[in-house]
Amino acid sequence: MSLCVKRGDLISIIGPSGCGKSTFLRCLNFLEIPDSGTIRIRDVEIDKLDGQNWNRAQERRAHKLRAHVGMVFQSFNLFPHRTVLDNVMMAPRAVKNASPSEIEPLARSLLAKVGLEGLAARYPATLSGGQQQRAAIARALAMKPAVMLYDEPTSALDPELAEEVLQVMRRLDEEGMTQIVVTHDMRFARAASDRVLYVEGGRIIESGDPEELFAAPEDQRTRRFLRSLL
Amino acid sequence: MIARLRSGARQSSTPGFRSALSLLVVALALLLPVGRSFAAPAGQPSPPSAATTHEVSWASDGEANVPYVFHDPADTNHLEGFEFDMVQEIARRLGRSARFVQNDWDGLIPGLQRGMYDMVVDGIEMTPDHVQAALFSRPYYVTGDRIVVRRDRQDLNSFSSLRGHVVGTIKETLAERLLQQESSISVRSYEEETYAFSDLRNGRLDALLLDGPIALYYAGVTDDLVIVGDPIGQTRYGIAFRQGNLALHDAVDRVLGDMMQDGTLQEILGRWNLWTPEMAQMTGDHTQRHVEPTQWLRYRDAMRSQTGWMGLLHRYVGFLPIIGEAAGLTLIVSALAMVLAVSLGLVLALGRHYGPAPVRWGSGFYIEIIRGTPLLIQVLFIFYGLPGLGIKLSPFFAGVLALGLNYAAYEAENYRAGLSSVPRGQMEAAIALNMTHGQALRLVIIPQAFRTVLPVMTNDFIALLKDSSLVSVITLTELTKTYIRLSSTYYDYIGTGLLVGAAYLLLGLPFVRFARYVERRLGKSIMRSEHH
Repeated sequence: MSLCVKRGDLISIIGPSGCGKSTFLRCLNFLEIPDSGTIRIRDVEIDKLDGQNWNRAQERRAHKLRAHVGMVFQSFNLFPHRTVLDNVMMAPRAVKNASPSEIEPLARSLLAKVGLEGLAARYPATLSGGQQQRAAIARALAMKPAVMLYDEPTSALDPELAEEVLQVMRRLDEEGMTQIVVTHDMRFARAASDRVLYVEGGRIIESGDPEELFAAPEDQRTRRFLRSLL
Repeated sequence: MIARLRSGARQSSTPGFRSALSLLVVALALLLPVGRSFAAPAGQPSPPSAATTHEVSWASDGEANVPYVFHDPADTNHLEGFEFDMVQEIARRLGRSARFVQNDWDGLIPGLQRGMYDMVVDGIEMTPDHVQAALFSRPYYVTGDRIVVRRDRQDLNSFSSLRGHVVGTIKETLAERLLQQESSISVRSYEEETYAFSDLRNGRLDALLLDGPIALYYAGVTDDLVIVGDPIGQTRYGIAFRQGNLALHDAVDRVLGDMMQDGTLQEILGRWNLWTPEMAQMTGDHTQRHVEPTQWLRYRDAMRSQTGWMGLLHRYVGFLPIIGEAAGLTLIVSALAMVLAVSLGLVLALGRHYGPAPVRWGSGFYIEIIRGTPLLIQVLFIFYGLPGLGIKLSPFFAGVLALGLNYAAYEAENYRAGLSSVPRGQMEAAIALNMTHGQALRLVIIPQAFRTVLPVMTNDFIALLKDSSLVSVITLTELTKTYIRLSSTYYDYIGTGLLVGAAYLLLGLPFVRFARYVERRLGKSIMRSEHH
C-alpha cells in the first residue's frame, strides 16, 4: 500500500471488514509494526522496516513520530479512573512535562471546542458515547498533532450521537487539520473527504475523489462493495 | 505525509518494567534504615562482638521454664529463676553485665553457632550429642527424674509401675531416653512442660517423668498432682558455649568452681529449694547453710494467690502493657513486610506480564518456588540458613524480609489478575498519546489494576498480620509469642487468649475500614459505569 497525504486533507478509508484498513491505520503510528516499507510524517522518517527486527532505536524514532500523530479509537479508550479534564491533560503533563497551570487553559478550550465545556469534572463513565468520543478527540488534540487518525470513530454510536462526533471532525477539517479516517459511514466519507480509498485484501484497490468513486467506481470490487451496502 | 507499507503486522512490545524496578529500590531503601532502628530498641540481639568486653550475652527459653529462667508471675516484665540468678552472679564475678536473649528451645544451640549470643543456660543436659554440638562448662546442676501423677494414681510410684501406661515427658531429656528404652510404655514428648501438665490433668496422660526441678515447681504448687517414688537416673546440666570459645569457657568454669567452693551456689539453689544431697556430693560442699527457700515460697504463693475475680482482673490489667508492646511489634513487622510485598509483587507481576523472556521466566520461577514452600521454612532459612552464606540479618529485619518476600509472590499473582483485567485499549491509547511504556503503566494501567486488586490486598494484609506469628521462631516476641508466654506461665489459656485475640482484631479492623473507604473512593467511577 502506498499513500501520500497532503497537509490539511481529510482521507477516508473504506472497505469490507478484515480487509486490513484498521491495521494500515495502526501501522501509521506503530501501534503495530509493519513488516516492511517506509513511513514518513513531517520530518520523521522510518524506513527499511523489518517487522522481525524491531529494535530500541526504531522504537525511539517511532516515539518521536507519534508526537505528530493523534489517534481516536472505536471504543474511545478514555482513562476511566480520571476526570474528563485529567484525561485531556494527562499526556501533555507526562510527555511534555507541562505544568497544570500551563496546560489547563488549553485543555478547557479544547473541551469547549468539542462542546464539553460543562463536563470537565465528570468521570468518563458518566458521559454518553458521543460525549466520550468527543472527549477522546480533545485528548488527542491536546498533544498538538499534525495528523489525526480515526479508527471507526462512530461505529459504536447511535446515529444522532455519531453526528456530534462527525461535526467536530468537519470543523477540524475546516481549520486545516490533516485527518485519516477508517469508517463505515459512507455518507460522511462521501460528503466530507478530500479523497476516498477503497481497500480490500490488504491492498488499495481504488482511490480518488469521493464523488467520482461513489458515483462511478472503476474497479468491479469497489462496485460490488458499494452495492452491498445499499 | 508518506506511508508505504505492506500489510501483515506484529504487535509492538517493549519491556516497560524498569520504572517499576526503581520503585522497588526506593521501597527497599525506605525499609532498610527503619528495620535497623526498630531492631535496636526492641532489645533484639545484635552480634555479640559489639561489646564483648563489657557484657556477656546468654540465651534461654524464658517461656514456661520454671524454675530455670522464667517470667515472674507477679510482674511478667521481669525474669527470674535459679539459672538467672546464677548467671547474674557469674557475670558479676567476670566483671561484665549479663544480657539476656530470648530464644526458642529448638533454636538455642543453632543461635549459639550463628553467633547471636555467647552462651546458653537452660538446663541443657550434657549428653554425648550435646557435647558434640557445643562446648560445655563443668556441670552446675545434677538431678534425677521424678514421677508426677494425679492424686488418684499414686500407685504409679516406680519406673516399673509405669509399664503399660501413657507417660509424658520433655523432648530431648534423660527422662525421654529412659522411657523410650521401655517398649511397653507409650511415650508422649512435649516441648513445653505446661502442655504436659495440662494433659496429665485432663487424663490424656497417666503419669509424667520429669527433671526434679520441673516436677517440684509444677506439681508442688497444686493440690491435684503429687510427686511420688524416688528419683530415677541422673543427669547433669552444663553451660553451652560456641566451639572454640575457650576464653569464655575457661573463665566461666573458674567462676563456677569458686561459687561451689565458697557456698554461693548452695545459697542460690537453697533460695529456690533446689539444693539436694546429690548437689552436695557433686560440688563437695557439705556445709549445712539452712538457706530460707524464699524464692520457692514466693513463687508458690504467687501461683496460689491470684485467683478469684479481683486477682484475675489485676493480673489482666498487668498484661496490657506487655500485650500492647507485642501488638506494636506485630504491627510494625506486618506493615513493613506488606510494603515490601506490595512493591516487590508489582515488579514481579510487571516482569511476568511485560518483561522479556528471561525476566518472565525468572519471576514465574520465583513465584512458584515461594508459593510452593512453607513460610516457616523460609523464615528459618533466612535467619539461620543465610548466615552460612555470610549474610547475617537481625531477627527484626529477617522477619520482615521473610514475610515480605513470601507475600510478594501472592501479591504478584493478585497484580497479574489486576493487570489482565485492564482492557488492552488502555495501553494502546496511552502509547498513541506518545507516553512511554513506563508512563502508561504508572499513570494508566497500574492505577486501574490497583483498584481491582485492593480488596484482595486488604485480605492479604489481615492474613499477613496473623502469619507474622511465625517470626516468633526467630526470637521476636510478638503477639502470639506473648500469648504462649503468658498462658503457659499462668496455666490460663482462655483469658489471655481472649486478650491477645482482641489485640489482633484491634490491629486488623482499622485496615479493613480504611480499605473499604479507599475502595469506595476509587470505585466511584467504576460503579457509575456499571449503572450506566
